[in-house]
Amino acid sequence: MNGFLDRVLGRVRLGGWLAVAAPVIAVVFAVLITSVVLLVAGKAPVEAFTTLADYGTQPRSMAMILNTGVMYYISALAVAVGFRMNLFNIGVDGQYRLAAVVAAGLGGAAVVPGVLNIVLVIVVAVVVGALWAAIAGLLRVYRGVSEVISTIMLNAIATGLGSWLVSEHFGVLTGNDLGTRPIPDDAHMPGIPLIAGTPVLVNGFIVVAVLLGVAYWVVLNRTRFGFELRATGKSESAAVASGVSVKKMIVVTMVMSGAVAGLIGMPELLGASYKYSNNFPAGLGFTGIAIALLGRNNPVGMAVGALLWSFLDNSSNQLQLLDISKEIVQIMQGVVVLSVIIAYELVHRYRIVAEQRRVSRELAAPQEAPKAEAAA
Amino acid sequence: MKILYGMQRPDEGEIRVNGSPVGFHTPADAIDAGIGMVHQHFMLADNLTVLENVVLGSEPRRGGIALDFAAARKKIKKISDAYGLGVRPDVPVEDLGVGDRQRVEILKVLYRGARILILDEPTAVLVPHEVDELFDNLRGLVREGLTILFISHKLDEVLRVADEITVIRRGTTVATVNPRDVTSRKLAELMVGSELPSPETRESTVTDVVALSVRDLTVRTGDGRPVVENVSFDIHKGEVLGIAGVEGNGQAELVEAIMGMRPCEAGALTLAGADISHWSTLRRRAGGIGYIPEDRHRHGLLLESPLWENRILGHQTRRPNVKGPWIDRAGARADTRRIVEEYDVRTPGIDVDAATLSGGNQQKLIVGREMSGDPVLLIASHPTRGVDIGAQAAIWDHLRTARAAGLAVLLISADLDELIGLSDTLKVILRGRIVADVDPANVTPEQLGSAMTGAGEETV
Repeated sequence: MNGFLDRVLGRVRLGGWLAVAAPVIAVVFAVLITSVVLLVAGKAPVEAFTTLADYGTQPRSMAMILNTGVMYYISALAVAVGFRMNLFNIGVDGQYRLAAVVAAGLGGAAVVPGVLNIVLVIVVAVVVGALWAAIAGLLRVYRGVSEVISTIMLNAIATGLGSWLVSEHFGVLTGNDLGTRPIPDDAHMPGIPLIAGTPVLVNGFIVVAVLLGVAYWVVLNRTRFGFELRATGKSESAAVASGVSVKKMIVVTMVMSGAVAGLIGMPELLGASYKYSNNFPAGLGFTGIAIALLGRNNPVGMAVGALLWSFLDNSSNQLQLLDISKEIVQIMQGVVVLSVIIAYELVHRYRIVAEQRRVSRELAAPQEAPKAEAAA
Repeated sequence: MKILYGMQRPDEGEIRVNGSPVGFHTPADAIDAGIGMVHQHFMLADNLTVLENVVLGSEPRRGGIALDFAAARKKIKKISDAYGLGVRPDVPVEDLGVGDRQRVEILKVLYRGARILILDEPTAVLVPHEVDELFDNLRGLVREGLTILFISHKLDEVLRVADEITVIRRGTTVATVNPRDVTSRKLAELMVGSELPSPETRESTVTDVVALSVRDLTVRTGDGRPVVENVSFDIHKGEVLGIAGVEGNGQAELVEAIMGMRPCEAGALTLAGADISHWSTLRRRAGGIGYIPEDRHRHGLLLESPLWENRILGHQTRRPNVKGPWIDRAGARADTRRIVEEYDVRTPGIDVDAATLSGGNQQKLIVGREMSGDPVLLIASHPTRGVDIGAQAAIWDHLRTARAAGLAVLLISADLDELIGLSDTLKVILRGRIVADVDPANVTPEQLGSAMTGAGEETV
């Protein structure tokens, strides 16, 4: 039987309304816990949540929530690829930051004009992310190094390597801010006026994110490669007996996860700041882990999770108007992740029992029927 | 055994220790009642000393906080001397040999005050002279008034060391005998069941065409010990070749080597004329090897995936499951329905998880899957283990039909009736070597049982 970890990481199927029930329960539970914390702190929970909701439904905030959500979503996809086969790519964070530094440096140099530069930046980011993740994959396969350890260490190395690249090679000083040379105007990703009533444009990468989500689903559920990946995640021993080369799968999955991770920084780089500097968003890789857990590696579930996270992060500042510390949002996020794990476990147990009961009932039914006839 | 040690609850019945009934919820309860278990696989921390390993979990305290190693050392010395175990408390466990480690395990149990010892296959990892030492130790313990429950597959050992033998087959007590009154052949008969298989007058379907040829196959464990040694055989089309042997004599490793799941050191494998020695598992499967694994939960199924996805497992490169790189859902689902139908898999549908089916139905699904795609060779490892009688008969029928259609079958089983009834050729494996060829038409389970345990090699 699969272990608790398999369920936590969403490699176990949950169907129908049960799959939705668990995260809903978790969010409701998190709201309750957060309310208790607010009450203990002497604040009014209802007021706090109304403020959050009011802010979140304004057109301007909605556009901003979408923009942050796009990055969160891509990050969650990168993490989920690994989770589906038992690989903990904790290094998504380092992979996207290093990818962004190198891509920003090359993009800023403007070696090719216009749209070609956009393509170049994206390709470079994908390749750098993939290669950085491949190191962990190869170490795991050839040296048995746990990818958890190696990716965490590679995160630290990526931080140092990134700083060195910026300060020694790509960096220009604008005022106080040391960053890469900005990418020229002709290579900016155009925004989309998706939400009426606000001048804030939605990042063009939302299209890429949606396509990635679709591709993630198609590759995992509809291709032979995806089948082998899921089979390996569910039972390595069965995969080996079925002729799946687990070593190859580990490296390929790590590379894929890193390639997607390389894209995380692109909405910011090509659609917002146009350069890599100290202000570049950090820690997105860890947000992605939380969202992948919350969304159970399901492409739609993770999209909802990414938007929820983005909503909380974007509107947290509003709480300060009520004299509530904005860190209350982090408490809520933490509780959501913890309770969703528990909720999934409960739902899972319920489902197993329910299905076994259903199977035995359906199998028993046809045998009882003739007996009833005979009795009659 | 797990129940005795409190790891599992009994459904019914009762356990009495020294006459009083007990109920164990955890191993701790069992330890309190004076029962200690020495596991087949040692549970020792290599980097700690013997002393530290022994006290681990029940450390003597001094003043509530500090560890009282002096007291522990004295106690260990006392136990060791009393039972003649000869354990040195301050040596790191990593420096000890297998026999010494086992004595440490025994001492660990005694240290916790056990008066009843359960030894699970204690000789599996020992070489003969270590076995002799162990038996001397055990006799010492018994002299001091301890009770020992010795669980083993090896008949000669049980006969040598036990005062009373209880034979268990398929979960029920078959007989309790006095070792002085039985021969190892009689014991083997009790172990495997003595009823002869219903004599089948069936014509041989064996052809001259060799489907699989194995030459000088040797498989070694990580530490270089050979578990399969110089095994050679041919299986012809339409032939069932049975391998008889007490479990743990290299059968599992032999199968894994043929499947390409385990590297084999020497030897050549030829499947239908092609040298497959260096093929990957996937290529071997695609080349026509079907595989019914010994442990269907570990190797045969994705328990928490629907049946139709399990249909694809191991056949993920072949029609009707895939078209190019894409999974052909419609094709796989239709073929799963066919298997469910033809092989009588009792299930409400093909979308339920494999875990919800009974063992017999899971096995029928696997058999159906492995028979699809016209295999050249079927490796059937304990194909009817843990399945109900109905499923067993159905699986046997499928094997016979496939054999008549020209399939070559390598049959590995612990069920001697199954082996004798199905096989055209029988080979006996003992300690990784093929030790005897047996004619299944003229052998009794008793003779086969003796050959398997090495008790009467000359008689076959």
